[in-house]
Amino acid sequence: MIEFTMPALGADMDEGMLNEWMVKPGDTVTRGQIVAVVETTKAAVEIECWHDGVVHELLVPIGQTVAVGTVLATLLEPGEQPGPSLPKDQPAAADTLPVAPTPAPAPHPTPPAAPIGHRLWVSPVARRAAASLGVDLKTLSGTGPQGAITLHDVEHAAATAHHETPKPPPPPQQPVSAEPKSTAEKSRERGAAMRASIAAAMSRSKREIPHYYLADEIILDTALNWLTEQNAGRSITERILPAVLQLKAVGLAARKFGEFNGFWHDEGFAPASGQHVGVAISLRGGGLVAPAIHDVSEKTLTELMADLTDLVARARAGSLRSSEMSDPTITLTNLGDKGVDSVFGVIYPPQVAIVGFGKPAQRVVVVDGGIRVATTVHASLAADHRASDGARGALFLAEINRLLQQPQDL
Amino acid sequence: MKTNYRSAVHDAIADAMRADERVVLLGEDVGRYGGTYAVSKGMLEEFGPERIRDTPISELGFVGIGVGAALNGLRPIVEVMTVNFSLLALDQIVNTASAMRHMSNGQFSVPVVIRMATGAGRQLAAQHSHSLENWYAHIPGITVLAPATVADAYGMLRTAMADPDPVVIFEHVGLYNLSADVEELVPTDISAAAVRRTGADVTLIAYGGSVPKALDAAERLAAAGIDCEVIDLRVLRPLDDATIMASVRKTHRVVVVDEAWHTGSLAAEVSARIVEQAFYELDAPIARVCTVEVPIPYAKHLEQAALPQPEKIVAAVHGLFGDGPR
Repeated sequence: MIEFTMPALGADMDEGMLNEWMVKPGDTVTRGQIVAVVETTKAAVEIECWHDGVVHELLVPIGQTVAVGTVLATLLEPGEQPGPSLPKDQPAAADTLPVAPTPAPAPHPTPPAAPIGHRLWVSPVARRAAASLGVDLKTLSGTGPQGAITLHDVEHAAATAHHETPKPPPPPQQPVSAEPKSTAEKSRERGAAMRASIAAAMSRSKREIPHYYLADEIILDTALNWLTEQNAGRSITERILPAVLQLKAVGLAARKFGEFNGFWHDEGFAPASGQHVGVAISLRGGGLVAPAIHDVSEKTLTELMADLTDLVARARAGSLRSSEMSDPTITLTNLGDKGVDSVFGVIYPPQVAIVGFGKPAQRVVVVDGGIRVATTVHASLAADHRASDGARGALFLAEINRLLQQPQDL
Repeated sequence: MKTNYRSAVHDAIADAMRADERVVLLGEDVGRYGGTYAVSKGMLEEFGPERIRDTPISELGFVGIGVGAALNGLRPIVEVMTVNFSLLALDQIVNTASAMRHMSNGQFSVPVVIRMATGAGRQLAAQHSHSLENWYAHIPGITVLAPATVADAYGMLRTAMADPDPVVIFEHVGLYNLSADVEELVPTDISAAAVRRTGADVTLIAYGGSVPKALDAAERLAAAGIDCEVIDLRVLRPLDDATIMASVRKTHRVVVVDEAWHTGSLAAEVSARIVEQAFYELDAPIARVCTVEVPIPYAKHLEQAALPQPEKIVAAVHGLFGDGPR
């Protein structure tokens, strides 16, 4: 029997509402198939199942909010016969649609991969306050006895989040009800919730991560000329944007310099095996997400362009996949189209680096002792000093520069 | 009017005897000697041997006499020298006095007041120094009181005399010399806990001889910027949950101070009730400051080391805060 659990779609998620089941008992599921849609504070996210099997039982009804790690459904392994059904002491939520809000069951049997070796220690009153103030406990670091999160920690986080949000957070204690809400209401709530979760994640980042910043000016003439040539042979829809070159360069550089590609946990830095570059995408209603483009270093520019187009469209439509939300190993932010010269990012924990690109523009540069006008872009690196040092960061940034001078190899 | 705890108990008994001729006092050395702790000094002369009775050294016997006298129309006050010795009278208190109203379907009541000294600190060693209040607080059918102030030493005894059911009063040996300025000694209630000091950060819950220690600790903590509320339980059975929970809802942190041992203590009972009734108000684990789990030592430094002390309370309070801001 395979247990399909509520995934953690990012470090700041500890619960999600099941929006839609896309399978029913008896359906055959293949690895990677989208089986459900889950509503998080950021978006409605399509959830993939990473096992082959046959859906046995759906345990969580639509509209219910459950903790990360809660078993959503059980699947039979290929060839497995259905055994006796679950012991009755396990709440079979599928039987009855709860009328009143039910407390989220404890995340069992597979708790979320917490960086600490135990359940998050939160004082009872702090947990209650977090629920009513909309504070995400996972983003806090406790200052109480044995590092427990206290009421003060929650109130402080709420005050900080409130400070950054002109609009107050959504009415506290939104009951988890199965009643449908109006689309406008939903989107307003989601907007406020997203603001709060961005506030929480960024506060945690600035509180915990010792950032260091490096910047470089990269001459883009070679890359842009090459790109113009390439695009000349392509239809408008197939044309590759300069941002894709930057994306690929970051992916390749992250493969070479592994200490910028991975996660910082309590035990230290854990490098990631693939280069899944999170692309910061601002949303029309405000807020942003940074879903991953997977295996950037392995993909061609054409593939990456298609991925990027698809990702931006889906991010703005609010239909991202769980793996895209949870997998980024490094983030890329590009504010060039907004007209700024340079951007110094805030690392999204538990990642350890964020690369920023400003606006490509014609600037005066000195090349080989001569002054000329070239198209350049300001690239920056904000990196976690716990995981890497400035000297390596400089090499990492220089590698991005080097790669952008050889676009044909990208 | 400046008076002390010993005089207040004395006056309460004397006033009760003057007010009601059914009131009698019996116990070891209460008459000619004037009481082990000199509470009944002069009473034999004023009220005579009919009403002030020296008894043999037989707790089972004389507590039983008190219970029987109460059943037959008197309002006896029985003094037991220490709670340690009262164990010999447990049968009379637990099997007879506490259960009589229940077993007789309300036909008989036992209006007896049993006073006893409790607690350590006077180098009386392991057979005279223990705090067994919770043994009695465990028993339905009796009211258990622990006056911790001069006003309550008088007032709770006077009110207890009016109670138709058995009341056990614990007088901590460390409190007899406690003096206070009291305008007028009057009956006080025997149903509620009292907030002896208001505060916002931590609730210290204590009773009897631990109350002054908790207040002392609160003073020291105030200097460190921690604002303690101090609750004097006063009534150990039935416990006044409302006062406790109201304070927990305010401070979110609790230290229970109890001169009994941790194991199975009243502090444990109070902690359990807080967890049952105010779990979601807690911001830190409940801490207890109780006596080290040894028979009370005779040697002064060991005795003091075994008991709850203001320093230990201060440390326990600090333990409720991490290294973070308050």
